[in-house]
Amino acid sequence: MSFLQVKNVIKRFGTQYALNDVSVTVEKGELVCILGPSGCGKTTLLRIIAGLEKLDSGHVIIDGKNATYLPASKRNFGIVFQSYALFPNMTVIGNIIFALQQKSKTSKEEMEIRAIEVLRMVDLIEHQNKYPRQLSGGQQQRTALARAIAVSPSFLLLDEPLSALDAKVRTKLRGEIRAIQKQLGVTTIMVTHDQEEALTMADTVIVMNNAVVEQTGSPKEIYSNPSTAFVAGFIGSMNFLNGESAMSAIRPEKVKIVERRENYDYSSQVSSIEFRGALTRVFGRLEEAEDFCIDLASQDFDVMNLREGAMMYLKIPQEHTLSYAEAVGEAL
Amino acid sequence: MMVLVKNRLARFSMGQLTILILMLSIFVVIMVLPILSLFTRAFQDNAGEFVGFSNFRAYFENPSLLRSLWNTIDVSLTTTVFSVVFGFLFAYGVTRTNIRFKRFFRYMVLIPIFIPTIAHAVGLISLFGRQGIITGLGFEIELFGRLGIILSHVIFTLPQAFLMFYVSLEYADGRLHEAAESMGVKPLMQVIKITLPEVKYTFINTMFVCFTLAFTDFGAPVVIGGGYSVLATDLFVQITGLFNFNMGAVVGTLLLAPAVLAFVINRITNTANMGAMSAKSTKLVIKKNTLRDVLFFIFCSIIILCFLTLVAGLAIRAFTTFFPFDTSLTMANFQFSTTTGGIGSFFNSMQMSLLTAVIGTAFVFIYAYMAEKIESFGFLRKIAKLFSLIPMALPGMVIGVGYILFFNNPGNPFNFAFGTIGILVVANILSFFSVPFLTATGALKKLDKEFESVSDSMNVPRWKLFLRVTVPLSFPAVLETFMYYFVSSMVTISALVFLYTPAFRVASIAISHMHAEGVFAQAAAMSLLILLINVAVRLIYELTNIFYKQREKRRQA
Repeated sequence: MSFLQVKNVIKRFGTQYALNDVSVTVEKGELVCILGPSGCGKTTLLRIIAGLEKLDSGHVIIDGKNATYLPASKRNFGIVFQSYALFPNMTVIGNIIFALQQKSKTSKEEMEIRAIEVLRMVDLIEHQNKYPRQLSGGQQQRTALARAIAVSPSFLLLDEPLSALDAKVRTKLRGEIRAIQKQLGVTTIMVTHDQEEALTMADTVIVMNNAVVEQTGSPKEIYSNPSTAFVAGFIGSMNFLNGESAMSAIRPEKVKIVERRENYDYSSQVSSIEFRGALTRVFGRLEEAEDFCIDLASQDFDVMNLREGAMMYLKIPQEHTLSYAEAVGEAL
Repeated sequence: MMVLVKNRLARFSMGQLTILILMLSIFVVIMVLPILSLFTRAFQDNAGEFVGFSNFRAYFENPSLLRSLWNTIDVSLTTTVFSVVFGFLFAYGVTRTNIRFKRFFRYMVLIPIFIPTIAHAVGLISLFGRQGIITGLGFEIELFGRLGIILSHVIFTLPQAFLMFYVSLEYADGRLHEAAESMGVKPLMQVIKITLPEVKYTFINTMFVCFTLAFTDFGAPVVIGGGYSVLATDLFVQITGLFNFNMGAVVGTLLLAPAVLAFVINRITNTANMGAMSAKSTKLVIKKNTLRDVLFFIFCSIIILCFLTLVAGLAIRAFTTFFPFDTSLTMANFQFSTTTGGIGSFFNSMQMSLLTAVIGTAFVFIYAYMAEKIESFGFLRKIAKLFSLIPMALPGMVIGVGYILFFNNPGNPFNFAFGTIGILVVANILSFFSVPFLTATGALKKLDKEFESVSDSMNVPRWKLFLRVTVPLSFPAVLETFMYYFVSSMVTISALVFLYTPAFRVASIAISHMHAEGVFAQAAAMSLLILLINVAVRLIYELTNIFYKQREKRRQA
C-alpha cells in the first residue's frame, strides 16, 4: 500500500483549472519531485496534499486513512517554503522550539535536546542564537529544514526550497537535503521548476503541465523515455523532426556526425557553434526542424574541424528515436 | 451523506467562524443599528409614524435652521481653501526644499492635533477676546462668530491637510524630475507639470477631509460662535435643549452628507491612485534654490509662530491670576472648581482614553487579522472590510445622536451601557476605527503569508501564532494605533457631548462648562493639561519606536 495517494483531484480557481483529474501515488521513504513550468498546478497539488488548500473533488489518502478533509494541523507533516517563512522575531533555536512546543508532554530539556540534534544535522549548531536576518540564504534554508524535521513528521513537503538561492549554494544544498532525507528515511515531496534539481534528487519524478500529470517515472525513465512530446521537450534538450503523420524526436547527444561517404540521413550547413564546457553544441538547419542541434564531447569536436558555414552529414540512430502523434508546438 | 456534510464542516475552523460572526455582530450593534435609528427618526413624527420627507420640508422652510446650513457651508468652504493651500505649502516646504529645521517644523505643525478643537477656540479667545492679550495691544478683530470659527477650523484642519500632503509628497519619483531636467524644463514648470499632477488625488481627498472636519466640528463653534449658528450647534440644541429628536435626526443626516460624499470620492480616487509608485522610483534630489528656501522658511516659521502664540496665549491665561488686570503668576487656576467637573474630568478623560486605546488596539488588530489572514469565509470577510471603512464617514456627533436614539431606549438589551464610561469608550473605538484598521491591515500585509501555513503544519493554533509572531512583528503599527486612539480620545468632544453624564464628565466637556461659567483661566489651564499629556504620550511613542528600531537593527547585523 502506497504511503500517499491523491485520487482524481480537481481544483478550479474561477473557471481556470489548477488541477484537472490529477492522481499521484507516493511510496514510503521515497523522494518525489513534482516538476513543471510555472502555473502548471504543481504548487496547488502540494498545498492540497498539505491540507492548506481545499479541493473541489477527489480524494487524498495518507497512510491508509482518508485525509481529504483533514485540516493541515492534523496531517503531521513538515514544510519548507521558498520564502522559508522563518519567524524573524525568534532565534534559530527559538524557531525550532516554537514548533516543538505543540507536542504535548515534552519537557523543556527534551525540546532543547531535540533542537540541538536537528541543528547538528543541518550543521547550524554555532548559529543557534542568531536571528534569521543575520543568516545567509542557505543558512536560512537549512534552518527552515531543521524546523520542519524537528517534530519528526511523517512526511516532508518542500515548495521550491532552493529557488531563492544562487547557483553554487543550490547545488551544494541539493546534496545535503537528499542526504538528510535518506538518513531519516522520511517520505518527501518536493515541488520544483528546475529539471536538474528534479533529476539529481528524486527517486520518482512527476512531470506536470496544464493542470494534468504528463508522466511519472524515475529520472532515467523520464529522460530516456518521455511519454509525451511535452515531457520530451521540457526535460533536457530535444530535436523534433516533423514527419508526414507523426513527429519524431531525438536527443542532441544521440545524433552522430559522419563522413559524407558514409550512409547519412540528413545533411545541413553548420549555422552556429556554442562552446559549453565539456560539451560543444553544433546547430544546423533542416527542412524538418528549423533549429537542429548536435551535442559533441568537446574533445571529439576539436578533432573534427567543423566551422560555421561548413557542410555536415548526420546519422540518426533508429534505436534512440522517439515518435509522438501530437504537434510539439501545442505541447510546449 | 451525513458523513460528507460533517467532513466538509470539519474543514472550517468553528473558532474562526465564531470570532468573525462576533466581530460583525459588534459592528451591527455599535454602528449599523444606531445609524439606522437616526435615519428612521428623520422620517418619523413624534409619535413614531412614518411621515416621509415632511421633517426635511419643515427644516428647509425654517429660515433660521436654513441659515445655519448656509453658515456651515460658508465657514467650511473658507476653511478648506486656507487649510489646503497652507497645508500643501507647508508640506512642500518640509519635503521638497532645502530649508533648515525640517524635523522641528514637521513636529511642531502637529501641535493643534494634541488639543481639543474647543481649546483652539479658547486659545483664540485668550489672544483676541475682549480681554485678549493681542486685543490689549490695540489690535482688535471681530472674533466671535464667523471669523473665530474659521480661524479655529484652519488651526484644527491645517495639520490634517499637512499630514496628507506630506505622505504623498515624501514619496516622489525622482526619475520624472531628472527626465524633465534633461529636457530643460524650468523648475516652476516642473512643479506645475509633475508635482501637482502627482498630488492631484491627494488634493481632492484633502479638500473633502478638511471640509468634512470643519462641517461637523462642534467644539469650536460652541465657544467662539457667538450668535453665528452652524449645523453642529443646531443639532446640539435640537437634541439636548428642545428634545426634538426628529429634527435632530434631520440635522444629523445633513451632517453626514459631505462625509458620505468624501467617502465615495476617496474610494474612487484610491483605486485610481494605485500603482503610481513603482519599486524603481528613485529618491528625489532637491536642487539648490536660495530664494525658494528663504520664502518657504519664512512661511513655515510664521505658521509655527502662530501655533506657538496660541499655546502661549493659553499659558499666559492659565498661569496668571486674572489677565489683564492682575498679571501675577499663580498656579491657582489648576485648582479646578468642582462644579465644572474639576480635575476629576481630566482623570476621567485619561481613564477613558486608556481604555479606548487598550481595547481599541486589541479589537482593531484581531479584526484586521480576521479580515486579512483567514482563508475561509470570503463573504463574511468582505462585509467585515466594508464595515471597517464606514466609520471614516461618520461624524462623531452623528454617532452620539445615533447612540442616544438606539441605546437610550428602555427596550434595548444594551440599555444598561447608557450613561456609563463603557458607551463613551465604544463611541470612541468606533469613531476612530478606520485609520487604525488601515494601519493594521498595511502591517499585516507585509508579513509572509506562509507564516499561517507553516504554523498549521506545526499544529500551532492561530491564536498562538497571532500573539507570538504576528503582534510582535507588527509592533510599530500596534504602538501607532495605541497612540492614535489615546490622543484622539483625549481631544474628542463631538460624540461625547450627547453621551456623558454629569457624574462622569471628560476634560473637553469640562472646558466648555468652564468657559460657560466664566472661569476662563481654568479652561485655558485644562487645555494645557491635555496638551501636556498628549505630547508626553507622543514622546513615549517616539522613544519606544527608536528603541524598537535599534533592536531590529541589531537582529539584522
